[in-house]
Amino acid sequence: MDHQILIAVLLLSPLLGFLINGFRFRSQSYVIAGTVATLAVTVSFVCSILLFIELLALPAESRRITAHFFEWINLGDLNINAAFVVDQISSIMLLIITGVGALIHLFSIGYMHHDKGVTKYFSYLNFFVFNMLILVLGDSLVTMFVGWEGVGLCSYLLIGFWFSDSAKAAAGMKAFITNRVGDAAFLLGMFILFMTFGTLNFYELNALAPTTMEASWLGAVTLATLMLFIGATGKSAQIPLYVWLPDAMAGPTPVSALIHAATMVTAGVYMIIRLNPMFVAAPNTMMVIAIVGAATAVMAATIGVVQNDIKKVLAYSTVSQLGYMFLAVGVGAFGAGMMHLMTHAFFKALMFLGSGSVIHAMHEEQDIRKMGGLRKYLPVTHFTFILGWLAIIGFPFFSGFFSKDEILWQSFSSPRGHTLLWVAGALGAVLTAFYMTRLMALTFWGKSRVDKNIHPHESPWTMTVPLIILGILSVISGFIGVPHAIAEFMGHIPNYWQQWLAPVIRPLPIEELQSVTHTLSEEYMLMGISVFLAMCSAIFAYVVYTKKKHIAENTAQSLKPIYNLLDNKYYVDEIYFGAIINPLVKQSRNLWYYIDVNVIDRMTHVASDVATNGGKLVKTLQNGNMQQYAMYVSLGLIIVLSYVLMR
Amino acid sequence: MNIGASSSILSLIIFLPLLFALVISFWPQRQTLRELALGFSLIQLAVSLLLLRDFDSTTAALQFTEQFTWIERFGISYFVGVDGISLMLVILTTVLMPIMILGSWKSISEQVKGFHVALFVLQSAMLGSFLAMDAILFYVFWELSLIPMYFIVGIWGGARRIYATVKFFIYTMAGSLLMLLAIIFMMRLTPEVTGGAISASLLDFYKLEIPFIAGDFFTPQTLLFFAFAVAFAIKVPLFPLHTWLPDAHVEAPTPGSVVLAGVMLKMGTYGFLRWVIPLFPDASSHYAWLFIALGLVGIIYGALVAMIQPDMKKLVAYSSVSHMGYVILGLFVMNVYGMGGSLYQMLNHGISTGGLFLLIGMIYERTHSREISKYGGLAAAMPIFTIFFIIVTMSSIAVPLTNGFVGEFLILMGAYQYSFTASIFAVTGVILGATYMLWMVKNIFFGPAGEIVKASEHDPEHRLHDMSKREIAVMLPIVILIFWMGLFPNTIMDYSKQSINHLLQNKQNYSLEVK
Repeated sequence: MDHQILIAVLLLSPLLGFLINGFRFRSQSYVIAGTVATLAVTVSFVCSILLFIELLALPAESRRITAHFFEWINLGDLNINAAFVVDQISSIMLLIITGVGALIHLFSIGYMHHDKGVTKYFSYLNFFVFNMLILVLGDSLVTMFVGWEGVGLCSYLLIGFWFSDSAKAAAGMKAFITNRVGDAAFLLGMFILFMTFGTLNFYELNALAPTTMEASWLGAVTLATLMLFIGATGKSAQIPLYVWLPDAMAGPTPVSALIHAATMVTAGVYMIIRLNPMFVAAPNTMMVIAIVGAATAVMAATIGVVQNDIKKVLAYSTVSQLGYMFLAVGVGAFGAGMMHLMTHAFFKALMFLGSGSVIHAMHEEQDIRKMGGLRKYLPVTHFTFILGWLAIIGFPFFSGFFSKDEILWQSFSSPRGHTLLWVAGALGAVLTAFYMTRLMALTFWGKSRVDKNIHPHESPWTMTVPLIILGILSVISGFIGVPHAIAEFMGHIPNYWQQWLAPVIRPLPIEELQSVTHTLSEEYMLMGISVFLAMCSAIFAYVVYTKKKHIAENTAQSLKPIYNLLDNKYYVDEIYFGAIINPLVKQSRNLWYYIDVNVIDRMTHVASDVATNGGKLVKTLQNGNMQQYAMYVSLGLIIVLSYVLMR
Repeated sequence: MNIGASSSILSLIIFLPLLFALVISFWPQRQTLRELALGFSLIQLAVSLLLLRDFDSTTAALQFTEQFTWIERFGISYFVGVDGISLMLVILTTVLMPIMILGSWKSISEQVKGFHVALFVLQSAMLGSFLAMDAILFYVFWELSLIPMYFIVGIWGGARRIYATVKFFIYTMAGSLLMLLAIIFMMRLTPEVTGGAISASLLDFYKLEIPFIAGDFFTPQTLLFFAFAVAFAIKVPLFPLHTWLPDAHVEAPTPGSVVLAGVMLKMGTYGFLRWVIPLFPDASSHYAWLFIALGLVGIIYGALVAMIQPDMKKLVAYSSVSHMGYVILGLFVMNVYGMGGSLYQMLNHGISTGGLFLLIGMIYERTHSREISKYGGLAAAMPIFTIFFIIVTMSSIAVPLTNGFVGEFLILMGAYQYSFTASIFAVTGVILGATYMLWMVKNIFFGPAGEIVKASEHDPEHRLHDMSKREIAVMLPIVILIFWMGLFPNTIMDYSKQSINHLLQNKQNYSLEVK
């Protein structure tokens, strides 16, 4: 089939689904709405597979399918087209978005069937997929930005889906505005690139990316990439703009799985990989990205340790895992970052859907302290959740193991890496193993603390089938990108992942690469340390939260200040509100009161009063009294005469 | 069929509304008055679309010109013409007219005849201002537009309508007088370029080389520049000359607000583009920083102040100050992105802010309250209305694929090309704009049912009906334009590209050819 048509169908199918469900938004027939929406995404998934097969058939150096639909904005030297490109990077994203997306749509049929707004829900979900596809397929930063803001809009609508609840509506607003802060920087980044290179097309920019590294912090490339990265911290929930993501859990759980775990929040990582030659040329930016990524990975994990809402644990876990992806791209390991993006999409979507299944079974209860022992009631959910858990804690040979190990190794061994980055990454892994095991233990294992009025039950097939498929993917997907060291050990499995991405990834400069040498034994040792510590941490958490509860309680008691700090998420929200938002609102009120009311309008009124009173004054002179007029005339005559005579 | 090519189409466009006003004022039947007015406005729209069809977008020259001597002694003539700068503003005016008439179907119930007469006279005056190529003719139309607007606010307005309308009138009038002085001064200079005769033709004004000394305020060009600039800045309105606008908007009836935000403010920015920048290129460049700074202050100040407004209309009025700040910023950075974006943003603002005022009018007709804090939970009661409101909000905060994005993006790009610092200040408007609009949306539509929604649930008389067919018909063209202009901006920008390039390339010795 013609490429143009294939890409058009890929994009328009979810848009059509959005319109169909959008126009009949009042309908409460979840079967029709769900079928239309799921079919729409499935069609896109089929298109993605066909496009992927076509890419495979092309020679490695020219794997690129483009579709040019129409000219969008043309002014001066700016030529932005509605043009899309499928290549090594975007094809993987396509498969993740439409594949995981279709599964989550299917899951939603069961999850949302009782909701009155089910048709509206599915229309939003389709619209999200449409925008996400624009984001990954756009051939320029501006077309990407269309999807970038579009997914933000859908996220806003879906977080506030149950809008009658003020807190949920506020969470949606917080997400949009926080993202707007990032978007403002993103815009500046685009302007810098355009004025420096004269284009915003990805391929043209990457071809023009300087091969000499920019040392200055104020150089165009450094500044532009830094601005784009700030944009990424908004969309991908990194320090300092991550604050919206935990609140975003107010949305329906499948939304959290699709938007706030598997796809949208990875957009920042994707954007950096898309423009990797530009980022490679800015070592300072890369350093910032790596540090922010590592810091976010650790910080979010520490908060995750004390959360009691099942979705909040997963939310902070997502922030933390996204931090790993940024750590990867920050040290130049773009392939590893992309790989973790994919494995995380599988296992985190799995666990979010699993948590949805739990919440569904528990009649909207989300507090893991009120769960426990659910293993009995939810066998499929429990089993698949275990797969996701093993993947995220990096249990050997599960998908997360390969991708996380590669990131840790690269953060140590890359010329742009650092031992401290490795330490942070390993610490994050230990914490991850702890809080994820805690989550498993409190939810599924140990004694049941479930309220007597709640009778948990396993979910229908529409919900369990996606869990099973994602569970399988969480186990096996790592094998397409087996890191070098393990491949040696397992009998020279080729790293398909690196080979596939190689043509579109610019390696670090050869001088840099030659400046560091590392041995295979170092790699084994570091891997051993991090895996060993993580497993110890998992076992410790298991013991504490199933058998020896008092240890956790005593520790929380004895470390009260730290516990409070974590429980209150380092007071970051409070700081933002206290230091920025509230003063801004207060000062705005003052601004209006002093400038508009007390200065400008007062001056206007004074001017009009002067005119009015002046008029009144002059009016008294002409009161119609003849004698008075005669007096004025005589007075005037005297003055004139005296002036003339006395001169 | 070739009716559009008639050489007097511009006069037709200007005077047809006056004829309509005349017919309406003698129309005997009250019942059919609105239908008649709507029909007339659609005829007017059709005529203006003929102009669009026959317009030649490959040239920057003045087209469809007509020139007749009016007052020979002073070289004043009836001289009209259209080019890429004015064309789309003319279309904007004729497009918004039927929407306004249909939108006021229910809200204006007293003196219906007088209202429509005022509206058509206003339309004529605004179109005349955009098309006049003679300084005195321009001034006449400019002033004429004040009178119907004065009555629209003063008669059909809210409680403080007299204060608001007088404030509006005096502010604008003060500016106009400065402009009139400047026009007369320039007419006295024209003999240098015409070979002896006085002329009020703008084309002769363009030929003048008015002395300019950088840094010396009391040189002719600088003084003339400021005389014009202040007149236009009041109309825009540019900070700190903006305080008449919130009052006028709050007190004006819905169609009054729409025409004010939709078209009248653009007369100010149009004035900069047609008069100030080409006539006084040195002073414009020299003092560009001042207008850029005031534009930036307007963007941020307008947005901050909008954030704390308790009244929907006042909030949107301050958002206009912010949005018009972008337009001024784009004009004075004097590059193709800024100017192209500004011209586009003038249209966007007319559509999205006009749309917001129409929507606020619809809800006001039902509840007689514009106080945001009394709302809440309206989305459950009026879902279709909510959808329209959110779409227009997205346009207002410049989400891509809506018209607002194209204009704002280009202006910000232009600002960056001018200076990095300016663009940093300008992008804060992107954040603040989302903040106040979404805050309003959240408090009106989301959350638990507020005072008004609760009252409507208990009282069958005040039940909140969702949008009627008529109301949907009012909003549909606006939504279509929002997406059309967001998706296919070239179909509109192509008409103005030549004119903008011509202005930027020949700013120092600007002239317009007549085609």
